[in-house]
Amino acid sequence: MSYKGKFRVWRGDSEGGDLKDYEVEVNEGEVVLDVIHRLQATQAPDLAVRWNCKAGKCGSCSAEINGMPKLMCMCRMNTFEEDEVVTVTPMRTFPVMRDLVTDVSYNYQKAREIPAFTPPADLKPGEYRMQQVDVERSQEFRKCIECFLCQDTCHVIRDHEENKESFSGPRFLMRIAELDMHPLDAADRQHEAQEQHGLGFCNITKCCTEVCPEHIKITDNALIPMKERVVDRKYDPIVWLGNKIRRRGA
Amino acid sequence: MALGVESTGRASIGQKTLRTDRWWLAPLRIGVILGFFVVYATVRIFMNKWYWVDEFHYLTPLYSPCVTESCVPGSSHLGTWFGEFPRVIPFSIITFAVLAGFRGTCYYYRKAGYRSLFFAPAACAVPEPHKKYTGERKFPLIALNLHRYFFYGALVFGVLNVYDGIQAFHGEDGGFGIGLGTLIIWINLVMLWLYTLSCHACRHIVGGRLKNFSKHPLRYRYWTFVSKLNPKHGTYAMISLVTVIATDAYIMAVSAGWFSDLRIFN
Repeated sequence: MSYKGKFRVWRGDSEGGDLKDYEVEVNEGEVVLDVIHRLQATQAPDLAVRWNCKAGKCGSCSAEINGMPKLMCMCRMNTFEEDEVVTVTPMRTFPVMRDLVTDVSYNYQKAREIPAFTPPADLKPGEYRMQQVDVERSQEFRKCIECFLCQDTCHVIRDHEENKESFSGPRFLMRIAELDMHPLDAADRQHEAQEQHGLGFCNITKCCTEVCPEHIKITDNALIPMKERVVDRKYDPIVWLGNKIRRRGA
Repeated sequence: MALGVESTGRASIGQKTLRTDRWWLAPLRIGVILGFFVVYATVRIFMNKWYWVDEFHYLTPLYSPCVTESCVPGSSHLGTWFGEFPRVIPFSIITFAVLAGFRGTCYYYRKAGYRSLFFAPAACAVPEPHKKYTGERKFPLIALNLHRYFFYGALVFGVLNVYDGIQAFHGEDGGFGIGLGTLIIWINLVMLWLYTLSCHACRHIVGGRLKNFSKHPLRYRYWTFVSKLNPKHGTYAMISLVTVIATDAYIMAVSAGWFSDLRIFN
């Protein structure tokens, strides 16, 4: 079953642009990325679009479809009515390069600011021993494909460009949580999360969780536990005192 | 200077949001429920009456425990800890402060409040109207980090509510009895405990703060139990809000004599 789908695709660059209307053939079983490729092949050969695996695993084809941050390769066309206009724009939190391609270097910069896994000083490579029960909690976060949809939807930076300097966004706060929960990581992640990566900006409205194509429970399993760990350190006098008296690591 | 999604360098689209679904419906619905609860609870705590049914020992959760000399005879089954309160001070003020504090600092209600009442943001990929945003880093919002202390308070009040629930098995002749009120009170109790135990602070306290679960097997089991409840925390939060209102309204109606309790046994 084929039909002519109505599409509005943003065309332009950092100097300006607008939404252009197209009618493109849509076939059964297709996803938005298939239609964008057909549009590129038949009507707009200069349309810029970033893509790679077409299987929801590389995180390249992030865009906004009818205003919602999504992977184009995972957004099925049968979720729309045949007469519905499907609007495709680039992610609106990052600077646009051209058409549907954005400059996501903000994310790489934030990734570089997080110190790597830091084992205890007296532990040599080859001596790392840990139990599955201790690492499985943070393994959920390893499913991240770095599509940056969570970063795109987070209102802290989406609506406030000025916060980009002091807020690293859900993807990288989740990375810090992953390291803080790691049984062999010895770095001080809690202070770092709050003071250098802006965990206090997060008001846990869960949009990052809503848009995650890997269905990682970013807010419930990473950001809120991290906030509670920061409370232990900064805002809970009883825990602080208890740790001082017992001098016992958890 | 252009702000938000219209910031310099971003795609110039002209519309604040391109969402075509009814994104406003969920925050509106939650906002109406929260607004109703705030108004209802405020009116009820200032009423200072119709909170106790002496015949069946029903005490509404909004006034439990009733521990001032202002309480009607029989309702102070934990004794009177304070003297008579002036009329302008509701004598359920402590209960209200702890329970409202627990819900007000709760991670679920924070999400609901930010979305429905402060539009920060109202829905995903919908711009918020505020020019500046500092999050939960400054006073007064930094006080939301006290959630765990309200959780401890809610635990104590939860135990007191169980005591009230046991008292509610009181028959007309003074012995054992069950009425519709007893069932409503116990349904509310179950929902309140599910809400309290599924709390994110509870999850952290019982085991979430640990780095090595393998060294603390018992706490790992607690954490696993709370982690199973936690994904439904929002659902329990809203259901328990409704059951608290329903329980209080039922006890108020029976206490005021608007209708009598439907008795199942004695």
